[in-house]
Amino acid sequence: MAEVLVLAEHTADGEVKKVTLELLSAARRLGEPSVVWTGPGADAAQPRLAEYGAAKVYVADSPDFAGYVVAPTAELLASLVASASPAAVLIAGTTEGKEIAGRLAVKTGSGVLTDAVDVTEAGGAPVGEHANFGGAVIVHATVQTGTPIIAVRPNSVAAEPSPAAAAVEAVAFTASDAAKTAKITEHVVAEASERPELSEASIVVSGGRGTGSADGFGIIEQLADSLGAAVGASRAVVDAGWYPHAFQVGQTGKTVSPQLYMAVGISGAIQHRAGMQTSKTIVAVNKDAEAPIFEIADFGVVGDLFTVVPQLIEEIGKRKQI
Amino acid sequence: MNIVVCVKQVPDTEVERSLVPGDNTVDRASVDGVINYLDEFAIEEGLKIAEAQGGEVTILSMGPAKASESIRKALSMGADKAVHVIDDALAGSDALETSLAIAEALKVVGFDLVVFGSESTDARTGVVPAMVAERLGVPQLTLAGKVDISGSEVTIRRVADDGYEVVTGSLPAVVSVVEKINEPRYPTFKGIMAAKKKPVQTLTLADLSLDAGSVGLANAASRVEDFAKRPPRAAGVIVKDEGDGGAKAASFLADRKFI
Repeated sequence: MAEVLVLAEHTADGEVKKVTLELLSAARRLGEPSVVWTGPGADAAQPRLAEYGAAKVYVADSPDFAGYVVAPTAELLASLVASASPAAVLIAGTTEGKEIAGRLAVKTGSGVLTDAVDVTEAGGAPVGEHANFGGAVIVHATVQTGTPIIAVRPNSVAAEPSPAAAAVEAVAFTASDAAKTAKITEHVVAEASERPELSEASIVVSGGRGTGSADGFGIIEQLADSLGAAVGASRAVVDAGWYPHAFQVGQTGKTVSPQLYMAVGISGAIQHRAGMQTSKTIVAVNKDAEAPIFEIADFGVVGDLFTVVPQLIEEIGKRKQI
Repeated sequence: MNIVVCVKQVPDTEVERSLVPGDNTVDRASVDGVINYLDEFAIEEGLKIAEAQGGEVTILSMGPAKASESIRKALSMGADKAVHVIDDALAGSDALETSLAIAEALKVVGFDLVVFGSESTDARTGVVPAMVAERLGVPQLTLAGKVDISGSEVTIRRVADDGYEVVTGSLPAVVSVVEKINEPRYPTFKGIMAAKKKPVQTLTLADLSLDAGSVGLANAASRVEDFAKRPPRAAGVIVKDEGDGGAKAASFLADRKFI
């Protein structure tokens, strides 16, 4: 069976991001998954990669990956595409993952599919499913030339265990000078947060204009914390300066696909729906019964968020104690 | 400094968008075309850099004749001139082909700094700035939340999930900027009048030394096989809060095993 390369997303100490396990599940539909691990931490991660179906793990432990913007990773992948002739390369559909996919496509003269929400196989070739125009249109796309490169949206494919060997194979790698033109001199962690990352979280609680102010938005954080959720915000909230732009969900912000998305005080304009309508379950709280968010909600409460949400938080607390 | 800002005309995001049955390309004809909202931040950043460093801002756009409306708008914001890459053979190009045409156009036009928006609101691939940097062999200083230029050194804050990275490279370079890096200016009346007289050069495939077999729908490395409107979600349960809305929501979450 042909190899399928899966680029691992991980922390420096070997913590594998959930999206990597999702990619492994998708890769198994296309062939035999080989993880490509950049930088340190592979030893710690090996058991987890084995549990989720990696037949092989290529480990290139070079400081160049953390030292320069994406080009070294694309260069490593291009050399593995040449040596392993994989059936496809799967990469996390994060902003950085898409950039790696783009450079790899140029290097290998291959077609690239970005932001796939599902990957299947038809006639021996991968098919990407995409939720375009903010999820309004479902598109199926294929690659015609080269090695299919597919960037898969986090939280789209279920990660399922499927034990395999995860045989480690060290790869000698030094980035070329051409890949070292954009040097990373510092990595600044903005604010240590206990909350899960927005794009990876299984539950996202987002607040909108209805929260009324930066102080009012605090209730969104409280609800998120009661559910162990990530916090998101609508563009109106970000434009007003009530919450940082990094948390914006929508057409021009993050696109999320959690198991549960709670839209609180968000009307659900097209701009916002574009970032969240592939969520599995949607719950909305809004005082306007005509708000478009209710058209896509599985459950909605028409009411004042400042009375509904505190009661909800209290109920969640009670149920936790049982 | 010779600053080139890449701008794409996209279908208006405020209305329903779709693809064209038959060739499965983006329907650009039946919807108003507007400047990609995220490119407005790139134009503003280009103008600010030119004001601070001295130099000229050129708008580079690839697209059909209709794209000239968006080019004029970019000029009315204050850019000096524009280059319109236009050729029927480019229609239906995928990201790989688009990056080829843009990279070749940049070689023809010449540049010290290329500025992109972070992605387009139509295809949302987000890959073109990285592809163009790869093709040109220049530093990829993308996803910038802040851009500083000192001599021939460009330093950016590259937005990351947990904060940011400080990234440095030398000119010539490709930069992409994220939403909210700045406050894009509105065209003034004077700007709109002046834009009418600003030069817009057109470049065809022949001017880019590309042949029709390397671009366009028929030669694309990726292909849309089919598309369909997303089926509407099944109608949900909507309740009016009568003092028990929060409790009802909690029951729903418990039924679905979220709590």
